Amino acid sequence: MSFTPYREQWRHRVSEVMLGGNGRKSIAVGGAGALPFMRHDGPLPHRPVIAVEVWNIPPVWPASLAAAYGDVLNDPAAWARKVVEDGADLVCVRLAGADPEAEDASPAACADAVRAVLAAVNVPVIILGCGDDEKDNLVFPTVCTAAEGTRCLVGPVHKDNYRTIAAAAKVAGHAVIAQSPVDVNIQKQVAVLLEEMELGPQDIVFDPTTGTLGYGLDYTYSVMERIRLAALQGDRHLSSPMMVFPGYETWKVKEAGLAENAAQGIIWEIVTATALLHAGADILVLLHPEAVRAVRGYLQEMLGEAAA
Amino acid sequence: MILIGERINGLFRDVAGAIRARDPAPVQKLAVAQTEAGAAYLDVNAGPAVDDPAAVMPWLVQVIEEVVATPLCIDAARPEAIEAGLKAVTRARPLVNSTTADPERLARYLDMAGTYGAGLIALTMNRHGVSRDAADRLALAMEIVVAADAAGFPLSDLYIDPLVLPVNVGQEHAPAVLETLRQVKTLADPPPRTVIGLSNISQGCPHRPLLNRTFLAMAMAAGLDAAIADVLDGDLVATVAAGRVLLNREIYSDAFLSPALRR
Repeated sequence: MSFTPYREQWRHRVSEVMLGGNGRKSIAVGGAGALPFMRHDGPLPHRPVIAVEVWNIPPVWPASLAAAYGDVLNDPAAWARKVVEDGADLVCVRLAGADPEAEDASPAACADAVRAVLAAVNVPVIILGCGDDEKDNLVFPTVCTAAEGTRCLVGPVHKDNYRTIAAAAKVAGHAVIAQSPVDVNIQKQVAVLLEEMELGPQDIVFDPTTGTLGYGLDYTYSVMERIRLAALQGDRHLSSPMMVFPGYETWKVKEAGLAENAAQGIIWEIVTATALLHAGADILVLLHPEAVRAVRGYLQEMLGEAAA
Repeated sequence: MILIGERINGLFRDVAGAIRARDPAPVQKLAVAQTEAGAAYLDVNAGPAVDDPAAVMPWLVQVIEEVVATPLCIDAARPEAIEAGLKAVTRARPLVNSTTADPERLARYLDMAGTYGAGLIALTMNRHGVSRDAADRLALAMEIVVAADAAGFPLSDLYIDPLVLPVNVGQEHAPAVLETLRQVKTLADPPPRTVIGLSNISQGCPHRPLLNRTFLAMAMAAGLDAAIADVLDGDLVATVAAGRVLLNREIYSDAFLSPALRR
């Protein structure tokens, strides 16, 4: 008696979002017609990609993380070149310096940092605000214009603050990060609000909010699973690709940066990232070069390629 | 819920006038307005006053397809008129509206719908008239399902219409229709779909929109798949949106009434 493996049939697919291009390397994310790695069930045209963060101020990080970068932390362009050399598919610029409680960097200064990164590397770029709504609304119109024509992924926007950033992104041809507080209903809400501004699933990447291991990983996993299943079942407003921040969320935790165990944070970041790959993450935003290397090797194994 | 816009029908004076004058504008305006309001199909009926519906139907199809890609529901009493409409369709898979359960008629319509790759609406009535209760309606639904199955017609393209009557003349029919909707789904696997001509429930009554949307909510809870209805009634379309959320067919968001969700 022969064994016939059961195959799940999905009638719908995750939307495809194109980033970069126009002379710059282009990357497509999304497009999945099956659950992660279930390549016998349907098409998985684009592999998950790894982005690594570059900040516009020197970050205050535990030594085990900062030591992996050294001096480049003072220079966004040099930092960006290093993360690409270390294997990043995209650079994720975090404009932490714009925060009024940090350096309160001006929109023009933020735009300069973004321009420097765009000039330093040829990969697509993600641009994150500082998280202060009022300041982000001041910064993004200038930054989006400065990056016009490079199809960046900018945000995040959330349900109570999306108009200014989404409009700036749309005019300059960028895609938008739509954030929800680990909530499928609010994730859908943001997508509907963005569609009312003529930004469709092909212009949106979801940030369902990342909980690192021990800090809500299971909640993030569940909500991502729910979003992905809805997409495959045909809910257009939940059909965008998803991104997660295992690096940032892990290294925030005090125990990740223990001086007596330098490997702890790295392992923590890797475990969170690989788990979320199985929940459907299309873009992993990482921090530690060792984590980038390990997650890339894991991806190659899961995709049936020879590990590096 | 598949909403089929009812407005392009020669029973309405504006449409009848447009047909007489062969003026595409009023028809096209209704096609666009109903599509924007959320219609998944547009019913197209030349109405009873037309001398030669087989000549009018292709014209209607053509002028509608000039402005929208919405699939059409070709609606006529005579099969020649329906076939003329099906021949004219170029943009999307249409529906045929409708056959009765009379065997010869049913066979002819199944063949015609199959030939043109169309879905088919079948009424649970025959030459003896409308069924009195749910049991009679179900017996006819079963005959329709058996005939479709024998003809190799996919049941997912078959829409059983249990026939809604005005509440002011046949009050007992409304619960009979709801009971039929519930039970039709047990007749076959995969089951046939269901459709109602919603506005008939309130024919000749005051407060028509209230009766329409209340009955639609009840029918949705009974498992209704599609309704030929007044999609230009915003409250009705909102009722469908609320119903989809309450039946857990649409993941909730605070923007559940947004027109973006109907696109």
